[in-house]
Amino acid sequence: MAKKLSIFIAISLVLSLCDAFNLDNPSSRRILVLLDDFAIKSSHSLFFNSLQSRGFDLDFKLADDPKNALQRYGQYLYDGLILFSPSVQRFGGSIDAAAILDFIDSGHDLILAADTSASDLIREIATECGVDYDEDQSSMVIDHTSYAVSETEGDHTLIAADDFIKSEVILGSKKIEAPVLFQGIGHSLNPANSLVLKVLSASPAAYSANPNSKLAQPPSLTGSSISLVSVLQARNNARVMISGSLSMFSNRFFRSSAQKAGSSTKHQKSGNEQFFTELSKWIFHERGHLKAVNVRHHKSGEVEEPGMYRINDDLEYSVEIFEWSGTSWEPYVANDVQVQFYMMSPYVLKTLSTDGKGLYSTAFKVPDVYGVFQFKVEYQRLGYTTLSLSKQIPVRPFRHNEYERFITAAFPYYGASFSM
Amino acid sequence: IRNGGKSDSVNGHKSGSNQSPSLKSDLISPTMFNLKTLKLKTKQQELLIRVTILCLVYVLAFITRLFSVLRYESMIHEFDPCFNYRTTLFLTQKGFYGFWNWFDSESWYPLGRIIGDTLYPGLMVTAALMYWTLRFLRFAVHIREVCVLGAPFFASNTTLVAYFFGKEIGDLGFRGRPCGSCTDSDLPWLHLEIRSYDNEGVAIFALLLTFYLFVKAVNTGSLAWALASAFGYFYMVSAWGGYVFIINLVPLYVMVLLITGRYSMRLYVAYNCMYVLGMLLAMQIRFVGFQHVQSGEHMAAMGVFFLLQVFYFLDWVKHMLSDTKLFQAFLRITVTTAVVVGVVALGALQLGISHHGRAASTLLLDPTYAKDHIPIIASVSEHQPTAWSSFMFDFHSLLFLFPAGLYFCFKRLSDATIFLVMYGLTSMYFAGVMVRLILVATPAVCLISAIAVSATIKNLTRLVRAKNKVPSTGSSKGASSTKSSSKASLDQSLPFQRNGAIALLVGAFYLLSKYATHCTWVTSEAYSSPSIVLAARGAYGNRVIFYDYREAYFWLRQNTPPDAKVMSWWDYGYQITAMGNRTVIVDNNTWNNTHIATVGRAMSSYEDEAYEIMRSLDVDYVLVVFGGVTGYSSDDINKFLWMVRIGGGVFPVIKEPDYLVNGEYRVDKGAAPKMLNCLMYKLSYYRFGELMTEYGKPPGYDRARGVEIGNKDVKLEYLEEVFTTSNWIVRIYKVKPPNNRW
Repeated sequence: MAKKLSIFIAISLVLSLCDAFNLDNPSSRRILVLLDDFAIKSSHSLFFNSLQSRGFDLDFKLADDPKNALQRYGQYLYDGLILFSPSVQRFGGSIDAAAILDFIDSGHDLILAADTSASDLIREIATECGVDYDEDQSSMVIDHTSYAVSETEGDHTLIAADDFIKSEVILGSKKIEAPVLFQGIGHSLNPANSLVLKVLSASPAAYSANPNSKLAQPPSLTGSSISLVSVLQARNNARVMISGSLSMFSNRFFRSSAQKAGSSTKHQKSGNEQFFTELSKWIFHERGHLKAVNVRHHKSGEVEEPGMYRINDDLEYSVEIFEWSGTSWEPYVANDVQVQFYMMSPYVLKTLSTDGKGLYSTAFKVPDVYGVFQFKVEYQRLGYTTLSLSKQIPVRPFRHNEYERFITAAFPYYGASFSM
Repeated sequence: IRNGGKSDSVNGHKSGSNQSPSLKSDLISPTMFNLKTLKLKTKQQELLIRVTILCLVYVLAFITRLFSVLRYESMIHEFDPCFNYRTTLFLTQKGFYGFWNWFDSESWYPLGRIIGDTLYPGLMVTAALMYWTLRFLRFAVHIREVCVLGAPFFASNTTLVAYFFGKEIGDLGFRGRPCGSCTDSDLPWLHLEIRSYDNEGVAIFALLLTFYLFVKAVNTGSLAWALASAFGYFYMVSAWGGYVFIINLVPLYVMVLLITGRYSMRLYVAYNCMYVLGMLLAMQIRFVGFQHVQSGEHMAAMGVFFLLQVFYFLDWVKHMLSDTKLFQAFLRITVTTAVVVGVVALGALQLGISHHGRAASTLLLDPTYAKDHIPIIASVSEHQPTAWSSFMFDFHSLLFLFPAGLYFCFKRLSDATIFLVMYGLTSMYFAGVMVRLILVATPAVCLISAIAVSATIKNLTRLVRAKNKVPSTGSSKGASSTKSSSKASLDQSLPFQRNGAIALLVGAFYLLSKYATHCTWVTSEAYSSPSIVLAARGAYGNRVIFYDYREAYFWLRQNTPPDAKVMSWWDYGYQITAMGNRTVIVDNNTWNNTHIATVGRAMSSYEDEAYEIMRSLDVDYVLVVFGGVTGYSSDDINKFLWMVRIGGGVFPVIKEPDYLVNGEYRVDKGAAPKMLNCLMYKLSYYRFGELMTEYGKPPGYDRARGVEIGNKDVKLEYLEEVFTTSNWIVRIYKVKPPNNRW
């Protein structure tokens, strides 16, 4: 009995290792927060409170705490990581840049906030995620047109940005009215990286330079190519947020009023709180997480899944797709899910029809080509996790006795053979 | 044993010419004395000796092929036999119809291959029948044993057929004389097809059987023999693509007979029956199907068939019309109409049927064709033109006995010898064009040489005997041979003739025994070394055996997911599927040139470009064969230029000059930059730069090519090494999934 139990535990352990996301609940639960000093815990308490109120279990540690560890005995202790330690030169304990990247590559989430003082370590992690901070250590994003109007006139490093990514999945269905206040270092996206996205970009008039010195040469980063907040959804659906400003998350920015220069409307509250609440929901998989289950295919009129099809068979294919709502799996409804019957190139491309309860299905005829085919569903939509299903199935030609017995073209021969 | 065979030929001669057995004492043979004491009649003696010799030769032919089985173990050694073994296994498990309709999804991923449509099932069916028979007889054999020992068994059968064939040809002038020496001398080609379990083993048997039966049919004019030869042909078609040789040689032979005015009713019956039935039967093989009536290679047979009808018809008309003038007028009209109809029909054929002449057969007519047009055919070493040395190596003394045999054939021209001459000449030509066709030529060479040997020995012994009993020669022989008696009378004028004849006889025996020794040596050394297990001599002269291939395939079988796809050059495809049990992209059945070219392109591209190709083919593992550590020279780097050529033949982005420096192929520092960075180079030499292979040489010294490699710092970005065998012969790499964050 004990043996059985231990085997069971071992199996479940292995399963939990294989599956970065808990299938029942993909949201991150346990989050490690690494800070430069504990003052940030109180100065950014609004952001942390909003996470805790949503049920997250935050574990605050100093970045250079020698007891820091992401995993023990090969198993990760946390589902998510928040790095609010822009100036850290070296993490304590067993954490280093490679460990953090492994953490992402095994399917966990990360929020990274840098600052003007961003250390090489933080920059390296960002670079590995497709984001390049401005190389000039002291540079900040400056915008002389869409700065936030404040008491101290002339400080154009406090930016009121409202150029959001147009995605309800990432930023929630409620439109963010107030501009988001930003003060910090800008970054650009690596064009070679196809997965990283700008969530909040600077205005076309922005540029990145040292505000305290005269511009000696044209700034390296200008205009809307400057990203203020970016996200990366890795191929294994781990999500990463990278921001160039730690103060964006602070209580001060959350509470302060915001007025964009040149705009008459003064918002009582900046958009930061809404922006980060919604974005953190996305980052920690409370939204936009899909799963596909019960991939089935069979010949029309049959139930059993065959090991091989024959050319010109009629078949039915179905898959169930659900979306995680934060608390439960809800049917995902869309009209653009397609299945390919694929061998080097798609021979059949069919849009699946849904019954509104998560079941997607279609029926088609196997093409008149034999080979090893795949049922492929490649569903990539902005903000949603990638669904990439493929199921291999060979298609054979007719057997020797499956051809038509009598064909009209052969009647002369039948006649000839009978006349003999 | 060989000596026994020789004495048989002499014996045969004696009994044939009804001479007294006095000469036996001259020719060492202890059995002969025993026979004397048994007091058998000459005929019975002859029969006994003949049967004994045949049995011995049968056993000998079997056991000479067991070198590799004894030396290594009972297993499938070569590339193609791996496939044959796999299909036979499938046949015994799933039954004939399962086999016939087998769609193999494990090779040629993702295209798959219809096995039943693309192979000659003769070998597999034969092996399966043998297996089922043995099982029925309660012999608990494994199918592998049947496959391994099936080839020697068929070789033995072939010697039997060769004996009968020789007898049939010798029937007219030589009366069974060649048999002994012929069976003796066809050792070499038995050796040639030692290559374990391959189509050719059965096919040569079927080929010779068909020829034998056909010659028999022509000699007798019997419908039964013609029918038998049609079935022999069917068996041949089911076994090997070389049946095209039969279907062209036989009409050619008929044509020659027609031209030389040897048309007879016997020929008419034999050919018509054989062609019509043989064609209908051959069309039952799916791989052949309608090609047999459509493709250009089979047209000659059909043309000759119609020609024979015309001959027969003309004979009949001539018979009906007694007047010669009338006949000539008739001839003129019919010929004109026939020509017109023929031209129209030919035009229609040209329009209607596209001639897909198969490349390998085109190659036979124009040996340079493939080199210019189809690199994939030219890349196969079996398709290379034969070197002179390999003729010497395989045929040894037969090479100069062959012309002598031709001379004797011409001397006693008959339908059968004409056939043999035709067979010998054409097959010699083909053997010169393609190495593997030496196989087809060997039986002919053996038979013709046997005729030379037996004719020479016959003449010599006649001289010896004539001297022995001068007075009796003339009287006892009488009408049977006036020639020899005249010779005998001539002999008297030459005093040292008898001694000379004996010296020549001894010389001939010496030559033949040398030849037999050579054959055994060739079999043991050259044709019994399997390619799956490599053997080499160690530093102290001991035999070192590299099990690297088996090690690698075993690793694949044990450590990769069952649906993993392995990319390698096509040479190893059959072995990976049969021994590694994994899906391959291309294999030795080179039916799809584009697919092979895609693999060739991947191997000769830079790593990132290759990665795209490999992703599109769902490749999980890449397997390369590398001989730099062991000095194994037929590795992938040495085959690499063919990959470039085949890849470049379909994808012009791959250009051969990019891999060469001044037309020279090299892997050291002076190599072309593209060569140093292409996938094949990287995979072969990954981590090789750190390795000391030979004392006194720098690290990274390639022993197969004898140079220090040019790129010692190979970094792989998209692949990772997962397994390298103990002697580095096989290296397996895993294709990494795309970068998670990029």
